[in-house]
Amino acid sequence: MENPLLSVKNLSVDFKASSHTVHAVKSVSFDILNGETIALVGESGSGKSVTALSIVQLLPYPLASHPNGSIKFKSKEIIGSPPGAIQSIRGNKIAMVFQEPMTSLNPLHTIEKQIGEILQIHKGLDKNIARIRSLELLELVGITDINRHLKSYPHELSGGQRQRVMIAMALANEPEILIADEPTTALDVTIQAQILELLENLQKKFGMSMLFITHDLSIVKKMANRVCVMNGGEIVESGKTEQVLKSPKHAYTKHLLSADFSNLSPSPVKKSKNILYSKNLKVWFPLKSGLLRRTYKYIRAVDGINIEVHEGRTLGVVGESGSGKTTLGMALLRLISSDGMIKFNEKRIDKITLKKMRPLRREMQIVFQDPYGSLSPRMSISQIIEEGLKIHKIGNTDSDRNDLIIQSMEEVGLDPTSRYRYPHEFSGGQRQRIAIARAIALKPKFIVLDEPTSALDRSVQVQIINLLINLQIKHKIAYLFISHDLKVIRAISDEVIVMRNGKVVEQGPSDNIFDHPKKPYTKALMAAAFNLEAIDSNKTNTK
Amino acid sequence: MLREKTHDLKNKEQHTRKMKFLNHTITPLTERRLNNFKSNKRGYWSLWVFLLLFIFTLFAEFIANDKPLLIQFNKKFYYPIFTSYPETTFNGDFETEADYTDPFVAELINEKGWMIWPMIPYSFDTPVINLKTPAPSAPTTQNWLGTDDQARDVSARLIYGFRISVLFGFTLTILSSIIGVASGAVQGYFGGWTDLLFQRFIEIWSSLPTLFLLIILASVVEPTFWLLLGLMLLFSWMSLVGVVRAEFLRARNFDYVRAARALGMNNRLIMIRHVLPNAMVATITFLPFITASSVTVLTSLDFLGFGLPPGSPSLGEMLKQGKENLQAPWLGITAFLAIAIMLSLMIFIGEAIRDAYDPRKQISAYKR
Repeated sequence: MENPLLSVKNLSVDFKASSHTVHAVKSVSFDILNGETIALVGESGSGKSVTALSIVQLLPYPLASHPNGSIKFKSKEIIGSPPGAIQSIRGNKIAMVFQEPMTSLNPLHTIEKQIGEILQIHKGLDKNIARIRSLELLELVGITDINRHLKSYPHELSGGQRQRVMIAMALANEPEILIADEPTTALDVTIQAQILELLENLQKKFGMSMLFITHDLSIVKKMANRVCVMNGGEIVESGKTEQVLKSPKHAYTKHLLSADFSNLSPSPVKKSKNILYSKNLKVWFPLKSGLLRRTYKYIRAVDGINIEVHEGRTLGVVGESGSGKTTLGMALLRLISSDGMIKFNEKRIDKITLKKMRPLRREMQIVFQDPYGSLSPRMSISQIIEEGLKIHKIGNTDSDRNDLIIQSMEEVGLDPTSRYRYPHEFSGGQRQRIAIARAIALKPKFIVLDEPTSALDRSVQVQIINLLINLQIKHKIAYLFISHDLKVIRAISDEVIVMRNGKVVEQGPSDNIFDHPKKPYTKALMAAAFNLEAIDSNKTNTK
Repeated sequence: MLREKTHDLKNKEQHTRKMKFLNHTITPLTERRLNNFKSNKRGYWSLWVFLLLFIFTLFAEFIANDKPLLIQFNKKFYYPIFTSYPETTFNGDFETEADYTDPFVAELINEKGWMIWPMIPYSFDTPVINLKTPAPSAPTTQNWLGTDDQARDVSARLIYGFRISVLFGFTLTILSSIIGVASGAVQGYFGGWTDLLFQRFIEIWSSLPTLFLLIILASVVEPTFWLLLGLMLLFSWMSLVGVVRAEFLRARNFDYVRAARALGMNNRLIMIRHVLPNAMVATITFLPFITASSVTVLTSLDFLGFGLPPGSPSLGEMLKQGKENLQAPWLGITAFLAIAIMLSLMIFIGEAIRDAYDPRKQISAYKR
């Protein structure tokens, strides 16, 4: 057997908190061979990122510590070596690409300066040579119009371009190992497919090894030779990718693999009355300039959209970031101003005042994406759910309302005894249940679900979608389900609209769209989402 | 059935509920802040020392006064601090209020009863009679910190001066915070034109020369405590507007604020219940520093002679006397030490409060 390039043995990581110690990683061992891709897969909090960061010794020491274990790079111990030695490995022999390309780039420096800096520090190149090398690198990662982009700042680039720049920076010193920590999680599906393809090509070209950290099993399947499944800081199963995915041995791996939406189907309601209706709905944000603040241009976030939402059924809204999905949801609830007709329950609501709108709010609710941001951290769960009841004067006495709170908590599968706790004591999935409980406590007829599952792990997503479908069947609620995740949309929607740049690309019954997409954009979206393939349709350039 | 269940739950909940304090639930967040505050030893002790001094001086009338605490005369009790008795009550000659420092009156009372005097038998405006040296006289056992140039006891003036400074600082801080928070909230929450116009107004208003305005007004009307407070309030409310406005601008787009709007809550309630708590962190952190600066402003006005009316006990006025009577160093040193200690205590308390509200302290134990 050949000597592994990187060998991690019995690695443990502890974090000291004020009162106790958190064992984030417990005795993890794995090897990376030359030129192979190994994937660390697990749900959030499983310790995969901490493992990766300890390889490059980037944890917040001395708050973090390694009670035992060793990390050997080319048979040389990394843990405990002097900072200088680690510096010569980190960024040089072992490079990293992070999840969030916006925050990993310094917003105050141009791309040229940021790439050049690495070359100057590690390679000692002078400025002009560094510039030529930077151009080569950017070409390598597939950035077009290089000369212009070299002078741009990070905010001038799109998410995909930023991630490409990050990869170029990682490759600057021709590393032997590339650690990619969820490199595509923050990106749209079509761009995710392109980045994955790029990484694969680059790996072949340079013969690098890659440590790929992800929560997405379909990415593992596409990218990795071997996979390590992590849960609660331990590696529960590892082996060849196909083998692990085909015949998982450990219960947790089986649980991960079974977490898909194949068992779920949208509500059985077929024909029903139409509850929300919009015609030629427009939200234009004016861009103003000059002394008199004249409007010279509009950003057309939502540009002439006609939709119908039926009682007890779900309309899925799909689109990449910036396509105007969320704006559409907000406009329908009249949380932002818009043009065009909106009819709710056969009544026009687009012209009435916000004051007259208030009683109607009881019947139309919203659940947001981020379960951490949508609950006030200073209120207990009971207060959060009670708030809407108080506003709409549902339940006359405290004990009446208390009963209603308990009832809605039970409906979303939360233990009512926990209602005096505060949001930070709950997990992401539980928080999303609280947000749903707040909405359904008012017995609404229509709920806008704005990416309610995007911040959650796949297995929790399945539970939440299941809950939503059950609630829909029970209360005949109409949903407008906004998501960029086509798998989720497919599981819950009866009808789908595909949005792009504020316009509808394709619209129709869910099965039609998913099985026989007509427009090239929809096709590219499907290919990227379900097969992780980057299809270059002439309409899907990613800039 | 649901009822039964609720009842059941209520029993279970008794211990899941949080600690209670004065019928107020102490949330884990508050608890953490209290602990952070206590762990700043200097600030914690400063708070106790300051509270002690403040409460002590609040009862200044019982500590330093030219009237006795209690008189027994003709088998009857008199409370001269609370009621004024004419001299005739004690068989004197005049219908006016008795002057208990007058040896004649004292003799009359001591004949048929007794008097209990406060610790310092002078009020802030009592001239000390029978001084052995001309005023300002040096500290003696009788006048612990000496007398000023009008023969008034410095220790008595110090106690009253401290009280009026702190009270002025507190009142000004509270009032200007209320106005500042309210106007910052409105600007930040509504944004747009409201914000734009208000901001321009503040820019113009804050460029008015406060000091000259005060000097001019002081020459027209006799300044009193409340008049000075009102004048200062006109300009001091702007200090908090910036931070509060920024917090409101940030928080009005939070998901839970939007969720409240989607629930149909009106703007006023959203501002008070959901956005204000965010702004309070910045506000409370600023309060001790604002108080300290209010006190400084009052002191400097008094020092310049444009502050409280002549004769009132004031630390600034004492500093001024110290400057004018360099041969009597007890004046300047007393005033300097009093001001320095008072301001230092406030700043230390402020630092501890800032620590308490710092989310980065001990965040690991409460990570989300």
